[in-house]
Amino acid sequence: MIDHLVIPLLKILIVLNATLIGVTYMVLLERKVIAWTQSRLGPMRVGPYGILQPIADAVKLMIKEDITPVRADKWVFTAAPIISMVPALIVYAVIPFGDTARLFGRDITLYIADINVGLLYIVSVASVGVYGIILAGYSSNSKYPLLASLRASAQLISYEVAVTLTLVSVILVAGSLSMVQIVRAQESGHVWFGFIQPLAFAIFFIGGLAETNRAPFDMPEAEQELTGGFHTEYSGMRFALFFLAEYANMIVVSSVATTLFLGGWLRPFPNVAALGFLGIIPGWTWFLIKSFVFLYVFVWVRATLPRYRYDQLMRIGWKVLIPLAIINLVVTGIVKVMLL
Amino acid sequence: MTEAIAFYALSFFILLFAVLVVTTKDTVHSVLFLVLDFLFVAALYVLLGAQFLAAIQVLVYAGGIVVLYLFVVMLVNLKRPPEAHQDPHRRSRLGFGLSIAALVELGAIATYSYVSPAPALTAAAAAAPPMSGNTEEVGWMLYTSYLIPFEIASMLLLVAMIGAIVLAKREL
Amino acid sequence: MLLSTALFIIGVIGVMVRRNIIIIFMSIELILNAVNINLIAFSAQLHNVVGQVFAIFVIAVAAAEAAVGLGIILAFYRNKETVNIDEMNLMRW
Repeated sequence: MIDHLVIPLLKILIVLNATLIGVTYMVLLERKVIAWTQSRLGPMRVGPYGILQPIADAVKLMIKEDITPVRADKWVFTAAPIISMVPALIVYAVIPFGDTARLFGRDITLYIADINVGLLYIVSVASVGVYGIILAGYSSNSKYPLLASLRASAQLISYEVAVTLTLVSVILVAGSLSMVQIVRAQESGHVWFGFIQPLAFAIFFIGGLAETNRAPFDMPEAEQELTGGFHTEYSGMRFALFFLAEYANMIVVSSVATTLFLGGWLRPFPNVAALGFLGIIPGWTWFLIKSFVFLYVFVWVRATLPRYRYDQLMRIGWKVLIPLAIINLVVTGIVKVMLL
Repeated sequence: MTEAIAFYALSFFILLFAVLVVTTKDTVHSVLFLVLDFLFVAALYVLLGAQFLAAIQVLVYAGGIVVLYLFVVMLVNLKRPPEAHQDPHRRSRLGFGLSIAALVELGAIATYSYVSPAPALTAAAAAAPPMSGNTEEVGWMLYTSYLIPFEIASMLLLVAMIGAIVLAKREL
Repeated sequence: MLLSTALFIIGVIGVMVRRNIIIIFMSIELILNAVNINLIAFSAQLHNVVGQVFAIFVIAVAAAEAAVGLGIILAFYRNKETVNIDEMNLMRW
């Protein structure tokens, strides 16, 4: 009873809350890092160095007036933020934050579920998230959101192809779809897949930027062109849901990248025995550190690079990333067959 | 017991959303109900032990095909509702009648087979070994016994891709 | 079985009754799904993965059909500005 019901529920509770807190603090991190890049201070007023800013933001967004445009399609307008938020959260079910940990005399696995189609589950759930954006744009009944959502859906679908192809080459190397098994394969192979699949790693990262609508691929929410993008008509908590979903997706992409390419909860250089002393740091800490590095790079890229033009974005996606991903997949397959 | 409850609940939702897909006036709502329907079908696949197919179902249908539909619905920005034009020659009564006749016939077959299940099927079910991890198994079948159909399916997809591009292009 | 039959019938009713071609296409998807449910139910019942393999083919065919069909709808819409099948009565123009 306690093993099948209570512990999973507790895990879900912890992961959900950790995610939401992580997401709100991600916003603060982003504002701070960008401010530092531009030699500003960033938010400083709320709490020391502005660390309570996310709470202030949340309160502000919650008590703001929630406007539904008169011409909007009400049901769809309400559903769209929920549809974009839910997939971003349920993906966490299969992400392994660490190996087993002993807590109160029990062995507790640090993942909610280890299903044998884990990676496919992530891809498919992520693909459902597109609906939130499309429907938000459609139901607002306003032209900028509609344009933005058409752009966004085309962009997401295009980059999904490249990302999924890179995932297939990782699956080929690991020989399993389960996230936990993929990490174990990196443990027994004594190398992070990031080193044997550098091309896939790069494509995954670029695709991840595009999938989460981050700069330099943030066409769907280009303020200068589209007055804010698909969520122009949204306000208050519904807007906050879109916002949180974007950051939750960033965390998903970085955790998936960590799991697939940087060895998940494994310590750096698992093959070098001299670094064995690093093993005393628990696995989930490594996982969090690696994900944090990813998130930092996300923000860094945003602070550094200008936005692409829409046709350039599509050209990169279809004419560079997808062919490269296919070549990578074929080469991986050939090498795999040769070695066996 | 739990499985039976889950099955009936899922079936109820699948049918409910299917009816809504067909009856809703607004095309976008209809597309949405279709997505929900597909998600519930995927859940049903999980219940039937086909996790791989469930993932594929969500990925291909919900993530791909229905997005295409939504795209087309949005591009074909309807100025007047298509149902407004009533064609007197159209026999929707006849359509209903035919569908209901088919329903009755299939229902009769179903009840008949329920009353006296075919002996061969139950025997086979008893004899066959239980399935294990099904991604590998489906993969094996696909690339060994069904290699040629698989290649044909991929050719079909290629042809469809080229066809869609040709059709959608304004001029060649 | 009954579920898949019912879903199939709903799809058929959709094809026959509605006039919006997009809805008709969606009804066809419903029918294909009904077939898939059936295949998978038998695959589970008989402990045989062949049903699942066939379901994959059905999904592939459905994807191809959707792509081409929607391409036709778009091309048609550009010429006639309608998605009502009753107005699709020309073989050429």
